[in-house]
Formats: sequence, C-alpha cells, structure tokens
Amino acid sequence: MGKRTIVPFGPQHPALPEPIHLDLELEDEKVVRAIPSIGYVHRGLEKLAETRDYEQMTYVMERVCGICSFGHSYGYTGAVEGLMDIEIPDRAKYLRVIFHELSRVHSHLLWLGLLADAMGFDSLFMHCWRIREKVLDVFEEITGARVIMSFCKVGGVRKDVTPEMLNKVAGVCNEIEEEVRKTGMVFMKDTSVKNRLVGKGVLSKQEIIDLSAVGPVARGSGFDNDVRTTEPTYKALGFEPILRDEGDCYARCMVRVDEIIQSMNLIRTAIKDIPTGDFCVPVKGPVPVGDFAYRVEQPRGEGFYYVQGNGTKNLSRARVRTPTNINIPALVKTLQGCDLQDVTMLVLTIDPCISCTER
Amino acid sequence: MNQEFKEIEYSEIPALAKRMLAGGYRMVQICGVTKEGENELVYSFDKDHEMVSYKVHVPFGTTIGSITPEYWAAFVYENEIHDLFGVEFTDSKLDYKGNFFRMSVKTPWKGAEKKDEGAA
Amino acid sequence: MAYTTKSPWILHYDASSCNGCDIEVLACLTPLYDVERFGIINTGDPKQADILLITGAVNDQNKNVVKQLYEQMPDPKVVVAVGICACSGGVFRDCYNILGGVDTVIPVDVYVPGCAARPESIIDGVVKGLAVLEEKTNKMKEAKR
Repeated sequence: MGKRTIVPFGPQHPALPEPIHLDLELEDEKVVRAIPSIGYVHRGLEKLAETRDYEQMTYVMERVCGICSFGHSYGYTGAVEGLMDIEIPDRAKYLRVIFHELSRVHSHLLWLGLLADAMGFDSLFMHCWRIREKVLDVFEEITGARVIMSFCKVGGVRKDVTPEMLNKVAGVCNEIEEEVRKTGMVFMKDTSVKNRLVGKGVLSKQEIIDLSAVGPVARGSGFDNDVRTTEPTYKALGFEPILRDEGDCYARCMVRVDEIIQSMNLIRTAIKDIPTGDFCVPVKGPVPVGDFAYRVEQPRGEGFYYVQGNGTKNLSRARVRTPTNINIPALVKTLQGCDLQDVTMLVLTIDPCISCTER
Repeated sequence: MNQEFKEIEYSEIPALAKRMLAGGYRMVQICGVTKEGENELVYSFDKDHEMVSYKVHVPFGTTIGSITPEYWAAFVYENEIHDLFGVEFTDSKLDYKGNFFRMSVKTPWKGAEKKDEGAA
Repeated sequence: MAYTTKSPWILHYDASSCNGCDIEVLACLTPLYDVERFGIINTGDPKQADILLITGAVNDQNKNVVKQLYEQMPDPKVVVAVGICACSGGVFRDCYNILGGVDTVIPVDVYVPGCAARPESIIDGVVKGLAVLEEKTNKMKEAKR
C-alpha cells in the first residue's frame, strides 16, 4: 500500500494536441482514480442557432470540429432535411457518402499518426501523415479547402463532381490502400507497437453497453452499434461493420486500420454505382414547428443530432452529441487500475476530440 | 429512424432508467432545450439500432432524479445540463457541483421566466 | 542569439480552436510541408520555445493557461495567432463563452488569417515572426549596452 499522490495531466500535454485535464490519483505507479475536467475549449456554439438561420448554422456546425467537420455538416443537414421533409437526390447521397468515407480515412490516418507520435515512433507518424495528405489533396481539388470544406448544404451538396474527378478519386484510393496496407503492417506486427497496446485498457462487451461507448471503442470490444448498418445508402453499398473481440488498445487500433481499407472499398463501389442527376434540391422558407433526431457514424463513433424548429428561419435548438462525449466515461473506466505510463495510450485510443466534446 | 418522442413526467425518470436498463438498452444521450419557464429534456436510448426517445418537461427550480445509478455514463450529460440549464439532479454518482464547464456566464441556456398571465 | 532566428522552436497551444488549425499546424511538420528543413521544431516545453503558436479564441477557463505559457517562455519571444478565431474570434465571436482574439490576453506579433489557416500561410506567419524575433533580439542587445 503506497502513498496516494495526485498527478495532474494536461491541459497542455506533449501527447495531446488538445486541452483536456485529468487528475490522476496514483498509488505508487498505479492509477486508482481519474477525474476528467473539461471546459477549456467550450464555446457554446449551439446557442448561435438562435441568431443564425438554419443555412448559416451549417457552417457553424462544421466548425464544431475541424477533423470530423464533414461528419458534422452531414449530420446537421440530415437532421434539418428530416425536419423540413426534404428528400435529397440520390447523387447527393452518394457524394456525401464518398466525402464522409474520405473524411474517415483522413481522420483515422491522422489518429494513427498521433498514436505513433505518442509512442515516440516518429517515422511512423510522418508516414501516416504523408499518406493523409493525398486525401486532403482530393478535398482541395474538389472543394478548394483542405479541412473545413463547406461541401454539404441543406438540400444536397454545394457542387457536382465530374466523372473524371471521381475516376481520379478512385485512383487515389488505390494508391492509399497500397500504402495503408504497408504502413498498417507496422501497427499490426511491430513489437514495440504491440508492447504498448496489447492487453492494455481492456473493456468487455458488457462494459461497453453499460458505459454506452460508441465507435471503434465499442467495435474493438465486439459490440456493433455502427449507425451505417441501418443507413439505406450504405446498405446498397454492401456495408458490414468491422468487429474485434479483444477489447484492448490493440483491437481499437486494428479496427481503425481495417476501417481505412473498408472505406476505400466503399468509396470505389460508390463511384462505380453513383447515379446521375441533380446534386441538390432548392430549399426555401422557414423550418416547420417540430423536432427531428438524426444519427451519423462519424470516424470516432455515433454522432447524434437533434433539431427543433419553431416556424421561423432560426432553429430553436440545434443539438449535437459527439462521439467523444460519450466515450469519456469509458476512458475514465479504463484508466482505473492502469499504469501511469499507459495513460497516454489509453487516452489516445478512444481518439479524443475535445473540441467536439465541448462545442 | 424512429422519430417518436414519448412524453413522460419528470418524477418517472429514475423508473424509466431502471426499465430501460432491464430491457438491455444503452443510453444515447440527454439533451436540454430552452423553453419559457421550464426546461425540456430529451432522453434517448438505443437497442439494436432502434432508438426510443422520451421528452420531459422540468419547470425551473425543480430537482429531478439522476439516472447515473443505472447509467453511470450519464454523468457527462447531467453535469452539462446542470451547468448550462441550471437543472438540479439528486443522487448523482459523479457530481461536479457546477464545475464541469467553467464559464464566464452562469447557466447561459436557461430560458426566460414564464410570463404571469394573471397579473394585470 | 543568432541561432534562434535560424532554428526557432515552436510551442503550440490550442486555446479553443475547432482543431482545424491545429491539424494544419501539425501538417506543417509532416513530410509535405516539412518545416524542419528550416530548423523549426515543435516542442512541448514553453521554457525552450521561441515562438508561441496559438490557435482558437480565448475564454475565461484557458485565459490563465495562455498567460502562464507566455510568461514561462524566455525573452525574446514572439506570439503568432493562427486562424481567424485566434485573430478576432471568427465564427465564434458571438458565443457566450468567448472573450475574443488572443490579443485580449497577451500581445500578438503576427496574425495569420484563414479558416482553417493553410499550412503555407502558417509557415509564412512563422517566417514573419522570425523577423520580429530578430528585431526584439537587437533591441535587447541595445538595452544591454
């Protein structure tokens, strides 16, 4: 029985690009309890819905987070379209799926890089980010921006993508897949990587359900709550969720590696099957009175969007529940009883996106 | 996606959580909505990709039961709603006592008081 | 002090950014943009840093963190505000929990606009910051004489 010490972790921490603060209660080298405290990046942007109309809100929502920015515009516009009873054209649905999956690829590669960086595996970090730039180049060529693209709008997407460009995207997918297969092997096989990840922070399937965890964290423990399985467009593309049973950091990492490959296949199928026609429908008038809930599977897990209209141009409530928000309890749980040196790995494997969490 | 929002009384919340937990549901979210003289809370649960939602009207100054004894993870939402909307929860398993979000404004989301229609 | 202007070390802090600028700051370090060829290294330690890159607007919670980081850095030092939020509050300027740009808390030397700021403009901003750093160094030398 050692002496209890409290070690502060963050908000400015070398392993974290974002500010989160944890009070780690230690007994010798073991963490007994971890209390997260957030609020460093809380902006209160949901409140802007009262002064911005529903179309302007799309751009605010995109800035909930710069990494999953497309996912947020996708979810928000989906909710508003549901509220206004708008059926968007099939081409727009496919374009959204292509962009959403490209975003997932860039987000997962970004995360793999950060994980490697936190392990001190710098060359692997550089490789992951080098591959990621290919996705950003595609974004830039189509929309003109690298991270916050403003591609989604209520009623469809902002512009059409030419068949030549789509072919090019498919080509880029092939390139990325080849590279990811090579780089993914490092995560899969390298001893130093495995030493840091295997058997660390194990969560059982039942714990996942109790803690309501989502995304790769849940799927790494064999619990399928991937929203994409129920989405018609994804069903048409033959989507199957990727599950693993180990429930440790390694499983969560492997789920993400496999999802990159899977996203590539989805994009290529979508490009092959994409219907012709309009890419958006005109949207007019105020939002009706009522409410609508919508869910989207973001790179980090299930995102929940809830909008409430009051008959004016402004929504009375635009709510976003981001995946990290509900993964924080799972993080606190895994931190209990872990070694101090594993804390960074555990924090990273839930892929925390603090600016999402606090909005 | 199921868009039905069942209305329940705020006193039924802990019982609802028990029922949901026994039914094998996972908690999706709790959302607060600003209303005149009251806060509206939306509780969502999910089982096998089917979502069910419940709406609760909580007048200002009412203390409601926490669902953290059943769904511990709900502490993130309850503390958020406490800090932003000013709703008080009893029996919380992890209560930050108003220090979850540290903001420059106190309960910025709390709506306007209900206009007293009887007063002249 | 000539070496600092040749290889400045950078400290990055995310005030209340949406991550968009943060990942672009990190992208600067990676192979496509590779600022390390200029001798620029990202450090996690304010006591070794010459340039403070801040993304996002400040709020009451992180105001003191930003101040503390700034005070811990040795003189001469330069602050670069990256992204429109760090410059003025940007899209979040009307939010209840936003105080405004970084310059409401600490002096800012270079402003890099953009939402999100592109890696090219971030590098450009840092290079502009180098000129300021040199100026500050010379002033310190003058004062010593």
